[in-house]
Amino acid sequence: MQAIVDQSGIKYYVVTLNVNGGSYTKIVRANTLLVNALREELDLTGTKKGCELGDCGACTVLLDGKPVNSCLVLAVEADGREITTIEGLDKEGKLDKLQESFIENTAIQCGYCTPGMILSGKALLESNPNPTEHEVRRAIAGNLCRCTGYVNIVKAIMAAADKQ
Amino acid sequence: MYLPDFEYYAPATLAEACELLAKLGPKAKVLAGGTDVLSKMKQEQLSLEALVSIKKLDELTEIKSNGKGVVIGARATHNSLIDAPALQEKYPSICNAAKQMANNQIRNTGTVGGNCVNAVPSADLPPLFIALGAEVKLVGTSGERVVPLEDFFTGPNETVIKPDEILTEFIFKDQPFTGSNYLKFSLRRSGALAVAGVATAVVMDGDVCKEARIVMGAVAPTPLRAKEAEEILKGQKVTDELLEEAGNRAAAECKPISDLRGSEEYRRDLVRVLTKRSLRKSISEGHV
Ligand SMILES: Cc1cc2nc3c(=O)[nH]c(=O)nc-3n(C[C@H](O)[C@H](O)[C@H](O)COP(=O)(O)OP(=O)(O)OC[C@H]3O[C@@H](n4cnc5c(N)ncnc54)[C@H](O)[C@@H]3O)c2cc1C
Ligand code: FES
Ligand code: FES
Repeated sequence: MQAIVDQSGIKYYVVTLNVNGGSYTKIVRANTLLVNALREELDLTGTKKGCELGDCGACTVLLDGKPVNSCLVLAVEADGREITTIEGLDKEGKLDKLQESFIENTAIQCGYCTPGMILSGKALLESNPNPTEHEVRRAIAGNLCRCTGYVNIVKAIMAAADKQ
Repeated sequence: MYLPDFEYYAPATLAEACELLAKLGPKAKVLAGGTDVLSKMKQEQLSLEALVSIKKLDELTEIKSNGKGVVIGARATHNSLIDAPALQEKYPSICNAAKQMANNQIRNTGTVGGNCVNAVPSADLPPLFIALGAEVKLVGTSGERVVPLEDFFTGPNETVIKPDEILTEFIFKDQPFTGSNYLKFSLRRSGALAVAGVATAVVMDGDVCKEARIVMGAVAPTPLRAKEAEEILKGQKVTDELLEEAGNRAAAECKPISDLRGSEEYRRDLVRVLTKRSLRKSISEGHV
């Protein structure tokens, strides 16, 4: 990872962010958080910010296939790794089964938690195609929803599993 | 919420990392998963000039059996503990302790080393690790040393680790323990720190308890062994009354504070109940 120092002595790093199948070279600071690099450098504003302390899961992205809170990951630490955001789930304009299931089951109200919820659900279904309700609830325990009461979210993930 | 400025390093070798830490001094710290250090920096609870990332030291993520016991690399994440065949085989109790931690996202980033060096009294792994006799390997510029985890903690957020040292691994030498577990009480099932936690490990011979270790978390400045309660059990035939007595003794030995998660009295009572329950499980269910 190359470092650059500008005229005023501020240090920048050249990072390669592999996001949703594309590879992007960006210039970030040591203290640039992954969530801010995604939102501000790559314009991928589907990834939300809530608590910014690891509690709410609004900023969930998949890092090498695993859900993490992008508010607690430095952009420089994600250099060269595979990142999936909510924008990366549809294929050729067609929504992912899980996204459709969220719509069909009215699992979305304000929608703020939805990108994180769907990514947590997606990672679960990738590793465990037939989860129990308990396993679904455990997988989304780090994603807080202030609107739905979770019932339809759990239903949507279970229904998507049944359809696979 | 933005992070203040700092210098960032990602050395390629352990030796380089130690040299960097030695050069930078106490204003620099190791960056492992960052779940603790970055949230503290955001909240201005910690001010640092540099972070030395250990992300390139992949050898620190290994979890393996080596004939003499089990070794867990300091950079292993909590979720990797849950999935590790070596632990599922020997100490499923460690997998189950990790399952009770944080939430999935944090378990994918947070590391075992961070959980200990952090030295938060409520940290979930140290009680069970101490009960199972874990030692930690600390590597610095002047060589390496091995310290029992029991002697590692010196106070809240304080350990014996020197500024140039990196915790590289946890060593669990084979021991005669027949059962162990960690029980945690928290205000929610997920993403909540322990109000109190108790780990036990026992050596049973029929219905006689030859040895017991009881380690309490979140009820003293550091994880604390209930040594008097352990003595009560040693060499005795296990009865309900004996477990009751051990629970009462552990409750008397702990030194909890009152805070927003629970009062001193409440914590003592939790220790009494958790000690009894944890012992009963260790005695009759093995490493769970
Ligand atoms: C939402 C949330 C929930 C949480 N829930 C729990 C919970 O239920 N139980 C629990 O116990 N904890 C919990 N935590 C705390 C934290 O996530 C864990 O303690 C985690 O294991 C810290 O590891 P890390 O790799 O992220 O540490 P970091 O933040 O990277 O580091 C923590 C400290 O340890 C030092 N350090 C790390 N690794 C090393 C090393 N190898 N050598 C030397 N120094 C090192 C760092 O310099 C720093 O001072 C939670 C945190 C959050 C944000
Ligand atoms: S914004 Fe990252 S967990 Fe809340
Ligand atoms: S739909 Fe509004 S927070 Fe979940």
